[in-house]
Amino acid sequence: MPRIGAFVCWCGTNIAGTVDIEQVVQAVSEMSGIVYVKDYQYMCSEVGQNLVKTAIKEWQLERVIIASCSPRMHENTFRKAAKAAGLNPYLVEVANIREHCSWVHKNKEEATKKAIALIRAAVAKASLNTELIAKEIDVENRALVIGGGIAGIQTALDIAEAGYQVDVIEKSPSIGGKMAQIDKTFPTLDCSACILTPKMVDVASHPNINLYTYSEIESVNGFVGNFEVTIKQKARSVNLEKCTGCGICTEKCPSRKSKSEFDEGLRTRGAIYTPFPQAVPNVPVIDREHCLKFNTGKCGICEKLCPAGAIEFGQEDVLVTKKYGAVVVATGFDIIDLDKFGEYQYQNHPDVLTSLEFERLTNAAGPTAGKFIRPSNNKRPEKVVFIQCVGSRDVSSRGKSYCSKICCMYTAKQAMLIKDKYPDIEVYVFYIDVRTPGKNFDEFQRRAVEEYGVNYIKGMVGKIFPAGDKLIVHGVDSFTGDTLKIEADMVVLAAAAQAKPDAEVLGRKLAISTDTNNFFTEAHPKLRPVETHSAGIYLAGACQGPKDIPETVAQAGAAAAKVIGLLSKRKLVSNPCVSVVNEDLCNGCLSCLKICPYDAIAAKELATNNHGITSKRIVAKVNEALCQGCGGCTVACRPGAIDLKGFTNKQITAEVDALCH
Amino acid sequence: MMYSYYPGCTLKTKAQDLERFALISAQVLGIELAEQQDWQCCGAVYPLAEDEIAGKLSAVRSLAAAHSKGEKLITLCAACHHVIKRVNADMYSNEFVRKRVNNYLQLPKNYNGEAKVLHYLELLRDDVGFSKLAEQVRMPLTGRKIGAYYGCLLLRPSNVMNFDDAENPSILEDFITALGATAVKYPFRTECCGGYLTVNDQEANEMAANIINSAIGLEVEEILTACPLCKYNLEKELGTNTKVRIVYFTELLAEALAIK
Repeated sequence: MPRIGAFVCWCGTNIAGTVDIEQVVQAVSEMSGIVYVKDYQYMCSEVGQNLVKTAIKEWQLERVIIASCSPRMHENTFRKAAKAAGLNPYLVEVANIREHCSWVHKNKEEATKKAIALIRAAVAKASLNTELIAKEIDVENRALVIGGGIAGIQTALDIAEAGYQVDVIEKSPSIGGKMAQIDKTFPTLDCSACILTPKMVDVASHPNINLYTYSEIESVNGFVGNFEVTIKQKARSVNLEKCTGCGICTEKCPSRKSKSEFDEGLRTRGAIYTPFPQAVPNVPVIDREHCLKFNTGKCGICEKLCPAGAIEFGQEDVLVTKKYGAVVVATGFDIIDLDKFGEYQYQNHPDVLTSLEFERLTNAAGPTAGKFIRPSNNKRPEKVVFIQCVGSRDVSSRGKSYCSKICCMYTAKQAMLIKDKYPDIEVYVFYIDVRTPGKNFDEFQRRAVEEYGVNYIKGMVGKIFPAGDKLIVHGVDSFTGDTLKIEADMVVLAAAAQAKPDAEVLGRKLAISTDTNNFFTEAHPKLRPVETHSAGIYLAGACQGPKDIPETVAQAGAAAAKVIGLLSKRKLVSNPCVSVVNEDLCNGCLSCLKICPYDAIAAKELATNNHGITSKRIVAKVNEALCQGCGGCTVACRPGAIDLKGFTNKQITAEVDALCH
Repeated sequence: MMYSYYPGCTLKTKAQDLERFALISAQVLGIELAEQQDWQCCGAVYPLAEDEIAGKLSAVRSLAAAHSKGEKLITLCAACHHVIKRVNADMYSNEFVRKRVNNYLQLPKNYNGEAKVLHYLELLRDDVGFSKLAEQVRMPLTGRKIGAYYGCLLLRPSNVMNFDDAENPSILEDFITALGATAVKYPFRTECCGGYLTVNDQEANEMAANIINSAIGLEVEEILTACPLCKYNLEKELGTNTKVRIVYFTELLAEALAIK
């Protein structure tokens, strides 16, 4: 029996409030193998850690039990302390008596009993712990950024500036994302394109950045420091190297039926198109669904006219596999579909717009060249009504329960832009609450009310009735209780922000989790806001939750710092808790190979010599560099030939036995 | 196909046309509607008081009778449909109502909301199919501009009625199109007609006027409805105005099937 020391933490009142520490200490001291027990208010503090270190030396402890919070919180802290005192860190065992016990129980007597049981299990397991030696693994010196909006752009630039190679993958034909579509930015009203396009050009020209536009993630394998990612480069039908971006093809394309995605469907584009003039790369793409050549075989005008001979109808999707040390997810957001909000007449009336359509409508490079006119009759509107919270803070099945965060500010901005250019236009804003925390944000919104005379009405709109060329907006002013009827010429809906429709699929490929709204989940909401639960994968921007530009850029920088920190290490310490195969017991069924999510198990041919007769048989072999220690194989193995180091079948059984004692 | 059919009081008195045309059309379409024996008044208004069960009993009797025969229950009057459908939802998901009603009724077998209630329009859409209906049309109403008027009772509350999108419905327009006429969507097509308020509230008349004016504004010639009360209110407001006519959807159905 090894000499075991146990350390019981109070965690202030977190544990001691519900668990009778004195009774626990008494019970633990009577357990077999225990030679030393100590309790302390905060075991994770420097004093507490010193208690552990000193006891290891003075009492020649061979195993250490820490009864405290979850091992996710402080296992590493105490492993380090043990190592400093000369004990192999994997001989430390944590009994979680906080999250699994004191936090979830109220009855002190029962919680104390449970805490003792949990420690008994940990003691049983620890007696069977063995020394494990972590190995070192190489770190691939390159980062991958998924998404080419402002979040991805900023992350890539920051990583590249630190001297590391970065690949950026963008699904659409150009980088730029939502920010490229926006007219002006709050709270300073500078032109979005003017501050974004220089960054886009920087990305394209940076020697450390490699762009994959019109590309998607096909699959992701590997682990921190050594991700293997397969990228699908969709067939662009235009040669990226040969094309000079002259634009003849896009001008002359006879197919004009497709709606421009960049202009939110407010104008049409050719089947061969560049999303917008400042696109990076400035190389068009053929939309094969609408291309006459692909549909009828006739046409090919672009090919005939292209002076560079860059049109390649025969292009096919190409798969590229590359290795990365770190991955940043920066896939952004969308606004919700307004199909379920029939009362606002979005589907039925061209003058009812989403906020993003409004951005295009007021943009100098937009479909009306910045002229503020109604899509229905090309006349200037006299009254404009903004409706906030369309689908935000909406707990019914058609909306989102959260606040989309950006709408109050962009609505104030849009209202102000109208009043600034056309002071005679009457502008109304229906709101539930105005939420404008942020530097200079509240002042900005107040300017809309006080300087520009935008009519803010606290209340909701019930329904919009088109009547002749007017939109009669029926709403309520909840301060006065009056029902209002406003004869508007244009209505702008601040549609809720939502996660990208394919976020969940991408999350599964990367093995990172999404929340109930399909936004990616950070590792800790306060202390690890840009990390995910998968080591080496980080988050930036609105894919983690609705965010404005300043916040997105800050988070992008933070994610980049994490990546730089990781890549700057030449070697990583690997987790020694990996599976190991007992070749004598293995019957070669390879059930483990099928169940392994990390492709860490392969078949191996084994030659055996039985009294001079050589025979060959198949056994499973674990690649320790790939194994993540999930333990799936140990359960799938029928002869019980696989064990997970640090969590062997014997150890688990001993724990269960002790719990049932 | 065989269905249990619940007519309701109004269809036997004020709204005989709604029923008459529905029944002869059903024969042509091969739908067998067997009127329930001993049906009672549905109560006309769904009781909103949570502990009120008396007003729900008659609906449960009809529902249980249809269920015991293994047939879907077909309704025609919008008000009856509304009451029966909502009571059925209560019997399915509200433990309090289910227990008290079953205790009181002492049916041969407890009823737990298993029956399926379909409005005649849902029957046409889901069981017959509008494309099949279009094939049976012998005198298409080509060129007639018809505006659907939904009223409230069929659509709301949408999560219980499950009839159509409450804000932007299309079932009546699809029906009109199947009969060969031109469906006109006018802004007030889902607004309330004023309901029972019109009896003693002059302001409620304005609600009916809004609907009529909205339809006339888009040159609607006939307003189609499935509700006797809506028809009454709209006609009362219309007075001697002949610009537009209020008709039951079943009347146009019979006309298109050439059996009116």
